[in-house]
Amino acid sequence: MDIDYSVLKEDEKAVFEMRNLYQKYGYTQYKMSKFEEYDLYVRNKDFLVSDNIITFTDTNGKLMALKPDVTLSIIKNCKAPDNCVEKVYYNENVYRVSKGTHSFKEIMQVGLECIGLIDDYCIYEVLMLAAKSLEGISNDYILDISHMGIVSSVIDSLNISDESREEILTCIGAKNINGFSRICEKENVNGEKLIKLVSNYGDIEKVKPVLEEIRNETNEKDVDQLIKIAQMLNNCGLGDKIRIDFSVINDMNYYNGFVFKGFVKGIASGVLSGGQYDKLMRKMGKRSKAIGFAVYLDMLERLNETEKPYDVDAVILYDENSDIEALDNAVRLLAGNGKSVMVQRSIPEKIKYKQLLRLRERGVEIVENNA
Amino acid sequence: MLNVALPKGRLGEKVYSMFEKAGFECPSIKENNRKLIFENEEKAVRYFWVKPSDVAIYVERGAADIGVAGKDILLEYEPEVYELLDLNIGKCKMAVAAKADFRDDTQKTLRVATKFTNITKNYYAARGRDIDIIHLNGSIEIAPILDLSDVIVDIVETGTTLKENNLEVIESIVPISARMIANKSSFKFKGSQIENIVNELAKQLENKK
Repeated sequence: MDIDYSVLKEDEKAVFEMRNLYQKYGYTQYKMSKFEEYDLYVRNKDFLVSDNIITFTDTNGKLMALKPDVTLSIIKNCKAPDNCVEKVYYNENVYRVSKGTHSFKEIMQVGLECIGLIDDYCIYEVLMLAAKSLEGISNDYILDISHMGIVSSVIDSLNISDESREEILTCIGAKNINGFSRICEKENVNGEKLIKLVSNYGDIEKVKPVLEEIRNETNEKDVDQLIKIAQMLNNCGLGDKIRIDFSVINDMNYYNGFVFKGFVKGIASGVLSGGQYDKLMRKMGKRSKAIGFAVYLDMLERLNETEKPYDVDAVILYDENSDIEALDNAVRLLAGNGKSVMVQRSIPEKIKYKQLLRLRERGVEIVENNA
Repeated sequence: MLNVALPKGRLGEKVYSMFEKAGFECPSIKENNRKLIFENEEKAVRYFWVKPSDVAIYVERGAADIGVAGKDILLEYEPEVYELLDLNIGKCKMAVAAKADFRDDTQKTLRVATKFTNITKNYYAARGRDIDIIHLNGSIEIAPILDLSDVIVDIVETGTTLKENNLEVIESIVPISARMIANKSSFKFKGSQIENIVNELAKQLENKK
């Protein structure tokens, strides 16, 4: 079948590109049912973006939920091998409450998960695929990468109360330097290193001096890992699209190691989010490690909003006396020439057409030409 | 072009003059008319006046790249934005106020009238106090007088309105001031221009000290 790619919408194009990309790297599609037992989400409530879940009672009396998230289902059902990696991708709808409107929304998500023996190569591959996924959406993109191990080692060294720790994490996520200077003042600690860590962002060469400065016994491994993987991404030609930015924060109860967020020019919020979630794996009773990301496609319809000059190439008008066989011939001729044709008895309101044709007894007559 | 959402009113005018001093002026803004959008192509900035409580929405959704909003709005709506600078103006505090003779009866659910339900909920939840929130949109001060509520949670600047209504501050929740915020995505793609403004404004604040 011939597909005219110009027919595809931005999100559909992106989905095709991403599926193609993931399969190329040996990921297999993971297809799942729309429902999942509610219990799964209750036990891992904080992992979800929102507490609100659409539930219903199944025929056997079990409380079910429309999936608000895909990762949990994949973890639950994965084999979690410890000598290799299970590599899967998905393309599913999830149901979440959209912020602000407080109503449920169906959101299309594409993403991938690697579960099993996660080593530096595997992390690199996932980050590289995250960058390439964004590239599939637009050439103007940025992937922000952070390392939770490094951030928490610096926060730990401050020795502050749990309450202040929470506040500091919020401030880091908002790049709110004034905010955490205030907290450090209140706790009477020197937050200089942390401020340096958060206010320096950019490519790895720019961030390296700061990393060297905060390097200590506890974070040494993480610092080396971040530098190494960032350099590998540079070598792969992604250097100018990747930024080390420690303000990317995911829930520390679930995530560890690398966390990342992707942005595309023209879309107001992040479109890609991911990280290593070994802690979630432990909570769900699995020993192996895991990393993955999801791309939110619901925002993409706002991208490249150029209005089409025409809805249709030709509108053919006919009336009750027209010969519909002649009409069919005319339509087939036009469609055969690659034109789009709309057959109507009268011109619909607000439609933009290139040509208006009318079926007469002696054939088709051009009534109006807008081309 | 950098889109800047400014809060309509006195605070916004103060903020604009800071931007002007920082070298991002837009003379047409001073013309006395009812226009809401002003542009200076040469400096590549566009300012617009919006309702103060809406600034965060414009910025979060990317209609504005940066904006200035009170900390009260940021705490209430918790928008997904970067909070880049405390501008140290529009200073006031969020506080709990009650009638002068109020005694907190901890056996009862506390009735709290407020515009800021989220801040109120978080504040009392952290204290484990059971409350009944009464959401009002204005004239909060009369709620305790009419026995609609026991206390109110509101912004207190000088305390004059409270005093005139025979109320007083019984607890301070958090200090408030105007903050410069930025859309997270804009910050990735217009970062240098935004940083430039932040640095210039920070210099002004430094000089004031």
